[in-house]
Amino acid sequence: MSYSDKVIDHYQHPKNVGTLDKTKASVGTGLVGAPECGDVMRLQIEVDEKSGVIKDAKFKTFGCGSAIASSSLATEWLKGKSIDEAVTIDNMTIVEELNLPPVKIHCSVLAEDAIKAAINDYRQKNGLEALKFDEKIVH
Amino acid sequence: MLNFPIYLDHNATTPCDPRVVEAMLPYFTNTYGNAASRNHPFGWQAEGAVDDAREQVAKLVGASAKEIIFTSGATEADNLALKGVFEMYASKGNHIITCNIEHKAVLDTCKHIEKEGGEVTYLKVKNNGLIDLQELEAAIKPTTILIAIMYANNEIGTIMPMKEISAIAKKHGILVFSDATQAIGKIPVDVNKDGIDLMAFTAHKMYGPKGVGALYVRRKNPRVKVTAQIDGGGHERGMRSGTLNVPGIVGFGKACELCMNEMEADAERISKLRDKLQNALLQIEESYLNGDKEHKLPHVTNISFKHVEGEGLLMGFNKEIALSSGSACTSASLEPSYVLKALGLGDDLAHSSLRFGLGRFTTEEQIDYTIEQVTNTVNKLREMSPLWEMYKEGIDLNTIEWAHH
Repeated sequence: MSYSDKVIDHYQHPKNVGTLDKTKASVGTGLVGAPECGDVMRLQIEVDEKSGVIKDAKFKTFGCGSAIASSSLATEWLKGKSIDEAVTIDNMTIVEELNLPPVKIHCSVLAEDAIKAAINDYRQKNGLEALKFDEKIVH
Repeated sequence: MLNFPIYLDHNATTPCDPRVVEAMLPYFTNTYGNAASRNHPFGWQAEGAVDDAREQVAKLVGASAKEIIFTSGATEADNLALKGVFEMYASKGNHIITCNIEHKAVLDTCKHIEKEGGEVTYLKVKNNGLIDLQELEAAIKPTTILIAIMYANNEIGTIMPMKEISAIAKKHGILVFSDATQAIGKIPVDVNKDGIDLMAFTAHKMYGPKGVGALYVRRKNPRVKVTAQIDGGGHERGMRSGTLNVPGIVGFGKACELCMNEMEADAERISKLRDKLQNALLQIEESYLNGDKEHKLPHVTNISFKHVEGEGLLMGFNKEIALSSGSACTSASLEPSYVLKALGLGDDLAHSSLRFGLGRFTTEEQIDYTIEQVTNTVNKLREMSPLWEMYKEGIDLNTIEWAHH
């Protein structure tokens, strides 16, 4: 299977690899996937308290090139978005942007889940209730 | 000068040796007769060439020429051996013993036999990839007709104790079949010394062409018979009909002759390179060797790099280095290698493995480059891996509740 140029570019030059301080109230952390499944993503957002805009996003991912690219792309998209905008990021837009083949769609779903998990972590830390999301059925 | 890509997947297939190709060429254009044509020189020449090749193939495994049945490859030979014995010896019993790290050509055929009323015992291998001989003997029943154990494993390269296996089989009057696809041409294999009654192998794993293989079928002590699975003309002593692939068979013969002459020197050189690669990669923190360290083919090593995923790792250099991962993330199942799981590896380590298969044309320069690339990519991906970060922080990954999909 060959990867698209965009996947290769994110793999070779991943954007926003790193760790934010998860103890801070302004930081939301989402950890999704499982080592047994071959994919674990950790995505973090830091929200500007006044404007509610995501001012920083970082990821670390254990997985294939498509998983790394999906999370790298997600962090790029998150920066500068408000929480409300970030919630609407759909995995299929990631699939389209990266030209992921059908067997790799689960990587984009994982990235979407990681975004939502990070947002909910942030909301709960700040006394808001967690948003409920419809489960996406994969494999 | 390094030429890219570097090929380190010799367990999947090998290049044809140029000397093999040279031997084959006349049989496409000049000596193109059908080996079964008895009435003219074209047929006689083709038949003569096949006879010579049969001698070459037989010699490499210590057999006599009449015991070699040519097939389309090892998969067909596996099918013929298992189904052929199951049908031929139905009056004696229906039980076959095999093991859980066999190639799919054996496992899937056994599954088929189970549907046809056969009973199959799948022995579990130990953590080093070898079967337990006591378990083997304990699994024998009055209805057991065949023990089918691979000579060497395709993913981890471990070599099974064939002599001990066949001694047990002989004691109980049971036939031994071995899929020796990975072993032949790499290490000395002798059907008499090893006590093997049926043995499958193929040309393309030993620098011969694809599309031709063989089943060795013992002719005395005991005389073994298999029921044909392909009918139509009674070629190959009635066991495998179909016009013989003369150029392929000629190439197979030549490949066997070359292995006969060069295998020892090749193995010595290649195993040194393999050891260099293996030792260097095991220097990497949290890297683990899969399969037995001693009982192992000279050209293979399989290593897990904890906290990085195999397919992601391959992507770091797969334009320059061709090798294979034990992780099957591209398949819909996301299942890692069943062979590695059978060794008791957790899914995380099974997902993190690479198989290196060296060959006749592998150079030291290629190995040095591979060591550098793999090491760099492992380090780079670990910097990106949340599991590595947690491991470094001293978090036990088993205590985390993972969100399973």
